[in-house]
Amino acid sequence: MLIFEQSRAGRRAHVQAPAQAAAVADIPENLLRGGRPLLPEASEMQVVRHFTRLSQKNFSIDTQFYPLGSCTMKYNPRACNTLAMLPGFLARHPLAPESMGQGFLACMFELQEMLKDVTGMPAVSLTPAAGAQGEFTGVAMIRAYHDANGDTERNEILVPDAAHGTNPATATMCGYQVHEIPTGKDGDVDVEALRAAVGPHTAGIMLTNPSTLGVFDRRIEEIAAIIHEAGGLLYYDGANLNAILGKVRPGDMGFDVIHMNLHKTFSTPHGGGGPGAGPVGVSKRLEPYLPVPVVGLDGDEYYWITEAVRPQSIGRLSTFMGNAGVLMRAYIYARMLGSEGMHRVADFATLNANYLMARLTAAGFDVAYPGRRATHEFIVTLKRQKDELGITAMDFAKRLLDYNMHAPTTYFPLLVPECLLIEPTETESKEDLDAFVDAMVKIQKEAETTPDLLREAPHTLPVRRLDEVRAAKQLDLVWSGTVD
Amino acid sequence: MPFIPHTDTDIRDMLDAIGASDIDQLFDEIPASLRMGELSGVPDGMTEQEISRLMHERAGQDGSPLCFMGAGAYDHHIPAAVWEITTRGEFYSAYTPYQAEASQGTLQLLYEFQTMMAGLTGMDVSNASLYDGASALAEAALMAVRANRKSKSRRILVPTTVHPHYRKTAHTIVKNQGIELIEVPYCSDGGNTVPESLAHFEGEDITALVIQHPNFFGVLEEVDALTEWAHRQGALVIAIANPVSLALLKPPGEWGGQGADIACGEGQPLGVPMAAGGPYFGYLCCKQPLVRQMPGRIVGRTVDVDGRDGYTLTLQAREQHIRRSRATSNICTNQGLLVTAATIHMSLLGADGLANVARACHANTQALVEKLTENDGVRPLFSQPTFHETVLQFSLPLAGVLRPLYAHNLLPGYDLSQDYPELGDALLVCATEMRTAADIELYADHLNRIIDSQLAAGRPVQPKMA
Repeated sequence: MLIFEQSRAGRRAHVQAPAQAAAVADIPENLLRGGRPLLPEASEMQVVRHFTRLSQKNFSIDTQFYPLGSCTMKYNPRACNTLAMLPGFLARHPLAPESMGQGFLACMFELQEMLKDVTGMPAVSLTPAAGAQGEFTGVAMIRAYHDANGDTERNEILVPDAAHGTNPATATMCGYQVHEIPTGKDGDVDVEALRAAVGPHTAGIMLTNPSTLGVFDRRIEEIAAIIHEAGGLLYYDGANLNAILGKVRPGDMGFDVIHMNLHKTFSTPHGGGGPGAGPVGVSKRLEPYLPVPVVGLDGDEYYWITEAVRPQSIGRLSTFMGNAGVLMRAYIYARMLGSEGMHRVADFATLNANYLMARLTAAGFDVAYPGRRATHEFIVTLKRQKDELGITAMDFAKRLLDYNMHAPTTYFPLLVPECLLIEPTETESKEDLDAFVDAMVKIQKEAETTPDLLREAPHTLPVRRLDEVRAAKQLDLVWSGTVD
Repeated sequence: MPFIPHTDTDIRDMLDAIGASDIDQLFDEIPASLRMGELSGVPDGMTEQEISRLMHERAGQDGSPLCFMGAGAYDHHIPAAVWEITTRGEFYSAYTPYQAEASQGTLQLLYEFQTMMAGLTGMDVSNASLYDGASALAEAALMAVRANRKSKSRRILVPTTVHPHYRKTAHTIVKNQGIELIEVPYCSDGGNTVPESLAHFEGEDITALVIQHPNFFGVLEEVDALTEWAHRQGALVIAIANPVSLALLKPPGEWGGQGADIACGEGQPLGVPMAAGGPYFGYLCCKQPLVRQMPGRIVGRTVDVDGRDGYTLTLQAREQHIRRSRATSNICTNQGLLVTAATIHMSLLGADGLANVARACHANTQALVEKLTENDGVRPLFSQPTFHETVLQFSLPLAGVLRPLYAHNLLPGYDLSQDYPELGDALLVCATEMRTAADIELYADHLNRIIDSQLAAGRPVQPKMA
């Protein structure tokens, strides 16, 4: 039931707003609102009960195994939330002078320093609000760099066909044409096709390494050389940084600009779809173009670096400094891990993925790239199940929900038919991984003996399969009833 | 090992199952020349107790000043229940609701949020949020260019009374797509955007007009006349509004004869702490015919195979994961957690509660202005009516007044000299429902003493303007 359907005219949570309706005599009549907006009319307890019950209809990391590939659903330490929400941090007005924010700015400066070190990039800006905004920032800086050099013929960004959809969408937002580069049979970028594609029109390439296919591109140094020789720049999509944290640095691979998803690698919460944070790191030659503000240190005083100091900056990306509270959680996480813990992240993320891949292979499942190491994730393809049993990856995914596990990412990357992209993360125990294998084996048996059980799944959740066609055709985006 | 559960036995058993001798062997596809050494810029790890102590020290260092600053972020009361529920693990640690059946909590909440925002703004539909107010304006500008098919110019009029950071952000985001944001000056007397200043564009191809109301100075704009003007030109109207003000002011959906076409703004005043600038959330609402041009996540109600109501992400064919380079935007998140807070917040306040907050903010700001302008060195700058925020002009150099106020742990307002140097020593002040009469008194006392002492010290005083 919707909160509106529980509303009763005249009911409200009286202690939550001023009791009196203060006069507003000086506002012209034609600018005042005629009627009251449709908002719930409910008691505090009704509201608390309603939203608590809604929360119980969600799967989450705190309640379920959540091997959603390319999303890095690792444990979000509670301390990060508690400490980022200390009253002193929450009360900080974003435009308060620097002198009244030295504690906060110290955390941000130190986070910049740590991110430089783990990515091998000499300069960092924390301001992009999410991964997609970090991507935008990266490509906008590439453009600003070429423009500043008078290199205006470069109108094309290369994007491997395995890339996240945000990559080509970002290139378009920055005014570039997109040229797709195919993937070779082994999962690495087709270097010969890349060589044929580059030229004086190449502005750069957007690359995820390890790629979304769950493998590390072994010819990365060659790729970097090809792009740089053509006068282009390399952009690193940090979606899969968790796979290499403490092992390899994008800066050492030859990348000029990187964005990081702190909501993945640095364990800030996904919050049901945000907020994220997508800081960018750059090589020396791109530093002048970094978005503002950036935190600087002069003697022992932290201060904001703004457009005044960085006239070539691509500019501002949000009203204030970006998602400060997310950055704070990432800072706290990084400090708890420390350098030793940081080196361990990729170790155990990779161990878990390879273990799961080995066990699923042994149990008879087909992996997309059987000759390759898994990185922090890997792909199972259910093409055989579809051909032989008429059971799809979606059926498997929905049935997993009945086993009280979140489904892996389905139908992405688009290159692999009937795929499940599986990323267990380093924070899951061996027992949880074993339970996932057990569930997959049971579902495979069900697919052979009682396939409708899968086709009609899920059976145990608040709703069964939803009519998505109807959702898009008979649009119902806003409740249209009235409060009793 | 922090947050890693593996025992030595686990590690051995897992490596055996893989057929590897040690963990390092799992990285044998990475060229050896690329493998990194030790991290030098990351300090040793800390226990929760140690990091807790450090963070308490740093939070304490920043002083929690008494806040009379607005300028896009506002100090409002947030009911205790809002963040208690928002940070429940089931909301906090869930992903984007791609598996709808396992995300009905988040999805239904987003549907309720969309309903509340559409109601507040007087628009037909809402998306599930964007990053913040400034980036929402940028997305609204891109949306207007897609939606206004009659206009070919890609020129959008943006009054100087729109928040300066919104204008800068929109410029950063749209400039590479050949979209021109043209500034429209304000009336120096009224502090508003007068229709006469638009006469220059009469008959030209204009894609959209942006109207922030109340504007950055807190001044109320002539929204009906401006909206009518834009629609006569074939331009769309993009409204920016503080959602708290909408409990009291005529909503964008009712401006002029047909209403604004797109409404957007900053959601922070609805249950989100100021927290140094984020995370906040941007809202974006529009009229029904434009719905397929909206960026970002949208939730729709539908039915399951048994005919039960259920909720799912919809209109995904607009989005980057389907349409790739032809998507409406590259955005792939909303600000889910902040929207969770806002939905609970609006449910607890209701229409009357929110209206009382808006009224109290307005009354307190007026009381503040009256009190501060008792001093001869301070006067309200603009003649037009304001809501919730007001610009004061000082007869003394502002920097010299502000610094000692900071020392009293007071945030006196936002100094406009960087963004509007033509206004001289002008300060944007705001007193939300959180400020008491005693707080206002305290501000006035400090200010009077500072001005008196500076006058006594013989600082040059500009003549007070009539």
